[in-house]
Amino acid sequence: MIKKYINTGSKDTRSGFGAGMTELGQKNEHVVALCADLIGSLKFDDFKKNHPERFFQIGIAEANMIGIAAGLTVGGKIPFTGTFANFSTGRVYDQIRQSVAYSDKNVKICASHAGLTLGEDGATHQILEDIGMMKMLPGMTVINTCDYNQTKAATIALAEHHGPAYLRFGRPVVPNFTPADEPFIIGKAIMLHEGTDVTIIATGHLVWEALIAAETLEAKGISAEVINIHTIKPLDEEAILKSVAKTGCVVTAEEHNILGGLGESVARTLALNNPKPQEFVAVQDSFGESGTPEQLMDKYKLNHQAIVEAVEKVIIRR
Amino acid sequence: MSEIKRLEDFTTQVRRDILRMVHAVNSGHPGGSLGCAEFLVTLYQSIMTRKEGFDMNGIGEDIFFLSNGHISPVFYSVLARSGYFSVSELATFRKLDTRLQGHPTTHEGLPGIRMASGSLGQGLSVALGATQAKKLNQDQHLVYVLTGDGELQEGQNWEAIMYASAKKVDNLIAIVDYNGQQIDGATKDVLNMGNLKAKFEAFDWDVVEITEGNSIEAILTGMNDAKSKTGHGKPVCVLLHTEMGNGVDFMMHTHAWHGKAPSDEQLANALAQNPETLGDY
Repeated sequence: MIKKYINTGSKDTRSGFGAGMTELGQKNEHVVALCADLIGSLKFDDFKKNHPERFFQIGIAEANMIGIAAGLTVGGKIPFTGTFANFSTGRVYDQIRQSVAYSDKNVKICASHAGLTLGEDGATHQILEDIGMMKMLPGMTVINTCDYNQTKAATIALAEHHGPAYLRFGRPVVPNFTPADEPFIIGKAIMLHEGTDVTIIATGHLVWEALIAAETLEAKGISAEVINIHTIKPLDEEAILKSVAKTGCVVTAEEHNILGGLGESVARTLALNNPKPQEFVAVQDSFGESGTPEQLMDKYKLNHQAIVEAVEKVIIRR
Repeated sequence: MSEIKRLEDFTTQVRRDILRMVHAVNSGHPGGSLGCAEFLVTLYQSIMTRKEGFDMNGIGEDIFFLSNGHISPVFYSVLARSGYFSVSELATFRKLDTRLQGHPTTHEGLPGIRMASGSLGQGLSVALGATQAKKLNQDQHLVYVLTGDGELQEGQNWEAIMYASAKKVDNLIAIVDYNGQQIDGATKDVLNMGNLKAKFEAFDWDVVEITEGNSIEAILTGMNDAKSKTGHGKPVCVLLHTEMGNGVDFMMHTHAWHGKAPSDEQLANALAQNPETLGDY
């Protein structure tokens, strides 16, 4: 039953961002790109080559990059900044807060290498707090995409969306399974698989793991509903509540600290509307470390096995 | 009336606005506001090319960013008296539901403001972005930004200063309010920044020094000199030597009035030194 989601060829989500930027460069003359010395990592090469006048190499100066992006909006440009997630958020929080969010600037903060799957570089670069920081900013849209196609679609959709936004994606090659022609609607959850016993709400790299988990659970006689939440803010509360009303329990899954992530947003929604048992697949309030992405996702229990375990736990609490 | 006399009278009224606004809510920053009154009046009334009305993009006109947002009283007064909004609104400064927040913001839709400022060190970067938008839009107009001198202790400024010369940003005039004071005392005692002119020049900027930054004549001469230096492949810095609290004798030669409002008696004394010219709000 899960088979309709076929991996059409694994790719990195950041390449989806690069492809989205390439398309935006052709389609929208107002789109400009800024990068802080990570052109290759962010897959900006094509945009830079095709539109050198609209590409800004800022150097290793992220605070200045955010400010310049804010200023470019004064004049009608739509700036997309690109660097690692850590340097896109934690390093420049006050610049984003004052010059972008509070100033209502139409800046798209695009962040690669989020989470543990950055791998060997270790905890200095593996930010696990970025979703929390960004979602706390009033007016900020927060998006965490799951594969190449979705990242490309989200990038393109953001140019049409007016307002500050944070787009989070990653470094590793992961299954590409969402349809290439699927429209990206900001704030709209995607129902991947219907079920009746538990709702699994996943974001980013954990979405594919949730689908595998659902398959495993099906073999065990547990019918899991899988929802892909690409937009953490504004959260599609209606989709979540509708599903949980049916299943009665929920597991959230994300490559982020348990504090401040998708899980907490879901918990708040449930607490206010329909309190139900919830388990969290997330990093348990710690920093990351060096290792391969697979080793880290295993050690920190961010994979399909962990989702299955969480489902088995939450179902008992139902 | 000569242009200079007109600007002086305008400034006197702006000083009254600043003092009355800050006094009314017993908070705000009169010292730096008074120090920059002549400059902002001259900038808005004489130096900048401005269109009627306000639109955020500012295409086809010069635009200004205030980086040291705490001198909002002078900014609000000059904006109101330059026609961006009614001078009567100055009475709402720092009060609940006002568009005239303690520090300037776009968030309440106040015409004339293009970015929030208050957390220091961010304005120069934002101004740089606006210069790049102007280049892309083939808009020949200039971008002005005012920063405090103490504010230059924030590292982001030096990222921006480095970027501006490396990328040959020559449609920018960055003015430093060089009053030598910050909250904890003289900048040379708090964190001595040494020779600012030499620093900007070392970063390959053109530097114009206005040693009498509270003289409208000197400001006009200096700013026209700065304008003539734009368009030549280099960013332009103006070191504007000002006196905090200028125009009110007891507020001058001290940093005590950085963030303190005058009492009733002090207000009366200060206003007596600055008789009404354009009419109080």
